[in-house]
This record gives sequence, C-alpha cells and structure tokens, in this order.
Amino acid sequence: MTGYLVRRLWQSLLVLFGISIIIFTILHLTGDPAVLLMPPDATKEDIDNFRKVMGFNDPLFLRWPPWEHLSPPWRFLTDTQYGRFFAGVVRGDFGNSFRHQQPAMSLVMERMPATIQLTLTAMAIAVCVAVPVGILSAVRRNSTLDHAGMVLALLGQSMPVYWLGIMFILLFAVRLNLLPAFGAGSWRHLILPAITLGAFSMARIARLTRSSMLEVLGQEYVRTARAKGLSELRTVLKHGLKNAAIPVVTVIGLDMGTLLGGAVITETIFAWPGVGRLAVQAISYRDYPLVQAAVFTLALIFVLINFLVDILYTYLDPRVAYK
Amino acid sequence: MSDGSVAIEMSGATTREGRQDLRRVLKELVRNKAALLGLLILIGIAASAIAAPLLAPFDPTLQEVTLRLKPPGWTTPDGQLSLLGTDHLGRDILSRLIFGARISLIIGVSAVALAGTLGTLLGLVAGYRGGRVDDFVMRLTDTMLAMPFILLALAVIAVLGPSLRNIIFVLGITSWVSYARVVRAEVLTLRTREFVSAAQALGGAGSRIVFRHLLPNVLTPVIVIATLEVARMIILESALSFLGLGVQPPTPTWGGMLADGRAYLSTAWWQATFPGVSIMLTVLGINLLGDWLRDVLDPRLQL
Repeated sequence: MTGYLVRRLWQSLLVLFGISIIIFTILHLTGDPAVLLMPPDATKEDIDNFRKVMGFNDPLFLRWPPWEHLSPPWRFLTDTQYGRFFAGVVRGDFGNSFRHQQPAMSLVMERMPATIQLTLTAMAIAVCVAVPVGILSAVRRNSTLDHAGMVLALLGQSMPVYWLGIMFILLFAVRLNLLPAFGAGSWRHLILPAITLGAFSMARIARLTRSSMLEVLGQEYVRTARAKGLSELRTVLKHGLKNAAIPVVTVIGLDMGTLLGGAVITETIFAWPGVGRLAVQAISYRDYPLVQAAVFTLALIFVLINFLVDILYTYLDPRVAYK
Repeated sequence: MSDGSVAIEMSGATTREGRQDLRRVLKELVRNKAALLGLLILIGIAASAIAAPLLAPFDPTLQEVTLRLKPPGWTTPDGQLSLLGTDHLGRDILSRLIFGARISLIIGVSAVALAGTLGTLLGLVAGYRGGRVDDFVMRLTDTMLAMPFILLALAVIAVLGPSLRNIIFVLGITSWVSYARVVRAEVLTLRTREFVSAAQALGGAGSRIVFRHLLPNVLTPVIVIATLEVARMIILESALSFLGLGVQPPTPTWGGMLADGRAYLSTAWWQATFPGVSIMLTVLGINLLGDWLRDVLDPRLQL
C-alpha cells in the first residue's frame, strides 16, 4: 500500500517535470522568443538588448561540453534557460506578468477560487444528474425513460460546449430574462456557466454509469443478494453501485481535467473571472509568464485530483494496490 | 518461388474473408437504425463539402452590406431564396456552412491520421519493448493528459501562427494519447500469444514482428478510436476558431461563424444557431457510427 502510494507520488512528480519542459518549450518554438515578445516596430538594437536582459543568449538545456559546466551540478539552475525556469517553477515563481507587472503566480492564485468554484459546481451538477439517470436507465433497461435519457446523453456529447452556452444565453438571458448572462457575484451567475460546463461530463457519466451498472447487475453476487432476500434498492445500491463505481470514478477524475480545460471556453463566453479567461487574455497579449503560470497550475490541480482518485481506488478495489 | 505462391494464396484468403466481413458489417448496419442514420448524415455532409461550389447558392465570401442580418427564408431583390438568412456582413449563411464543412472535415480527418499514426507507433513500441521505453511513453501520456488541452493548443498556435497546417499539426501532436494507451494494452496481451513467440523463436526482427504480426491485430480498436476522435477534433477545431485562433477569415469556418454570431444574439439568433446545429449534426453522425463500430468490432473497448 505505502509502496504503491510512493510510486504514484514519484510518477506524479515526473509528470509535473514533463509539463514544465513542455510549457518552457512553447515560447522557444519559433527559435527566437525575443522577436516574438517585442513589438513589431522594435529596432534590431532593442531586440538585442532585450535578448541580453532576458538571458535568451544562454543555452536552453545544456552548456557544451556538459562535464566542464556541470561542476557543481547546481550551476545548471543558473547557467541555462531551462535551469532557471525550473528553479522558478519549484518555488512557484514564473516571473512577472508583462502586462500587469505583478508576479504571474499571484495573479493566477487570485483567479483560482472562481475557477474551482465553477468546476466543482459543474462536476457536482453533472454527477448528481448523471449517476441517478444512469442507474435508472440500467435498472429499467429499454424503457421509454432509458431511451429518452440515452438520446439526451448522446446529444449532450455531440454539442460543442460554447454553442450550448450561447443557446442558454439566448434562451434564459435574452428571451426569458431569467438569469444573468455575464459576470459573477451571486449564485444566479453560477447556474448557466456551471450547467454549460458540466453538460458534456454529465452525458458521458450517464452513459458510462448505465453500461457499468448493466455489467454488474448481471453478475452472480447480485443474483445471490437478490436470492437472500435483500430489498431491490439495497441490492442495486450496495452490491451494484459500489462495484460499478470503479470505471465511473476513473472517468470523474479524468473529466476534472476536461472540465478545467473546458472552463477556458465557458469562462470566456460568460465573462467568468477565472484562470481560463485570464489565460486566454494572456495568450492574446503574448504575456507568456502568465500563460505558463496558468497552464502549470491547472495541470498541477489535475495531477493532484488524479492522485486522490488513485487513493480512492484502493478503497473501492483493494486489489489495485497489489498489482 | 514457393514463397511467392504462398503469399498470393494468403492475400487471396484475406480478401475473401474481408469481403465476407464487409457483407456482415453492412448487414448489421442496415439492421441498426441509429448507425445507419449516422452514416447517412455523414455522407450528406461529406458530399456537400466535396461539391460545395456546385451546391452553394451564393459566393460564401460575397459581402452585401445592404443585405445584412436578413432572417432565414428571405428572398433577395433578384428573386433568389436565402434559406438560412445572411450574417452581419450580408453573406449567405447556408453557402458559408457548406464551404465551412470542408475545413471541419479536412482538419478532423488529417489530425486524426497524424495522431493515430503517432499514437499507434508509440503504443506498439512501448508495449513490445516494455521496461524503460514503456515507462517513458506512459509518463509522456500522463503528462499530455494533465495538460489543459485548449490552452496548450492556443498557446502553441499563438506562437506558430493560425494556419490550416499548424492547426492540424497542433491537434495531431496533442491527441495521440488514447491510441497509445489502447494499443499498448493490446500489445501487452498479444506479446504472450503463441504466434508472437513463434515469430521470435524463428529469429524475426523486432520491427518485422511489430509491423507484420502485432500491427494488424491492434488495428480494430485503432479504427474505432479514430472514428470517434474525428468528432472530438471537429469540436476542438471549432473551439479554436471560436476563440479566434482557428483558420483565419475570410475562409468560412463553423466555429468562426458562431463567434461572429455571438455579438448579434439578441437581434439575429440564426447567425449563431445554424453553425452550431451543423457541428452538432456532424458530431452526432460520427458518434452514432463510432458507437456502433465499437459494439460490432470491439465490444470490450471502454471509451
């Protein structure tokens, strides 16, 4: 058990390391970040100065030959561009935002509660609707309810998130004038974005719960539970759901990533003041420290959630830890 | 000589079997109404994308500022019907939708081809070689899964520039994960099977075993995933267009049309509605067909 957790923790750290390399590389994709970051009318002199100030003349990953420049090894952290970036990432320091002239990380942290609130509400709505629908569809297989639920789920999976959002705005804000279309502040502002964001996961979880329950309900231990006279409700929930939950929990964990990513679009449509919208704006202003801080933080949350999901697994299915 | 004749016989057998398989699949398709509906939707959309210049009633980029934001079913002064109305620049929405289908399908199919090839190769190598190679590929897939996909794609496209080629490249290079994971899992079970041990015992080279013996046996799940992934690519492409980093105007794209329509939501609902319906229909068609393909070809596959 402990060995399993230590191994998972080590894997998570490797993933974070990989993410730091990818977000570092983005800026260097064109080969010359200085040209990318300076205004188009900057003189060659300006660009050269900027390159020197930013340290863009230093090697990216390794100063050649490495055996002369890696003694002591921590010179890597000051001599190379990635080394400096890495040292910053470990301290949670991505530098100052170009546009706001404040530390990028604190800007991201300021917006993080709004994104977490939106994502968790969306997931809560999705699970609370999808799991009962999935269970009912499985128990009442081939009934009208089953068919209606699954057609809706299929439609939900086929809709682009932002279009659904726009249609919600059109219907509930523009036509019916029931809910606010933009901004944040009260729980009424949260409803439309949360349902929009959760719709895709809702559809996926409903379909998965149904197929997972159908599989479990055909097992012998369920028949045994029925045979020994347990009530139908207890059979379905205690013996059915607990065993059907494993694939569903996996997907919920993975879908948190989809939701954090989807929040980027949802926040943009509804002008929700979260990290996603901040990052989209940062990309259009070429504010790379802010982009890097946002992407890394969102990925970090995803890694954390999936680590927790793995711990939850060992409770649902103790065999997992011993594989 | 004898080698050649055996090869011919074997290929003959596979085509005969292939034909029977195809007939079985077609029979199943006619029986399954949902999948047939999906296929018909897709054929319709693909046909209109291919024949766009013939089908579109107007030039999709022609702007008529005096005829802007006309409602669906409106007739132009010279008596032509504009079935779905015009947008904020007076362009015919139906014509733009028909041409927009081209971009969606080209990007969807090309990105899937790129991602599928990359993911299958990585999965084959990881599963067959095992050990450190496997560990490396698995951590790479975990890393890709953890990235907030849209932000990564947006950031890369902002650096490289929003051209058709770059968008296909970014979508392809970031979505190989599902193929790699499934192919690797398949290879892990295939590796212990007798025909692989036999090939190894006969001294077959690693590359030959991977491509001749393993690849044909993992193609079924790859085809199922690829079908469903076309839908995801189309949605992602439209999302990029929606956020302003898709294929640039004046080329009509569904996501771009939707983004334009947002500003006129309260006065001209049709401008944002119809592109969304087009995306949804296409994706629905692919999902119906893909779900059915999975049930027929590889029911164990959990997607």
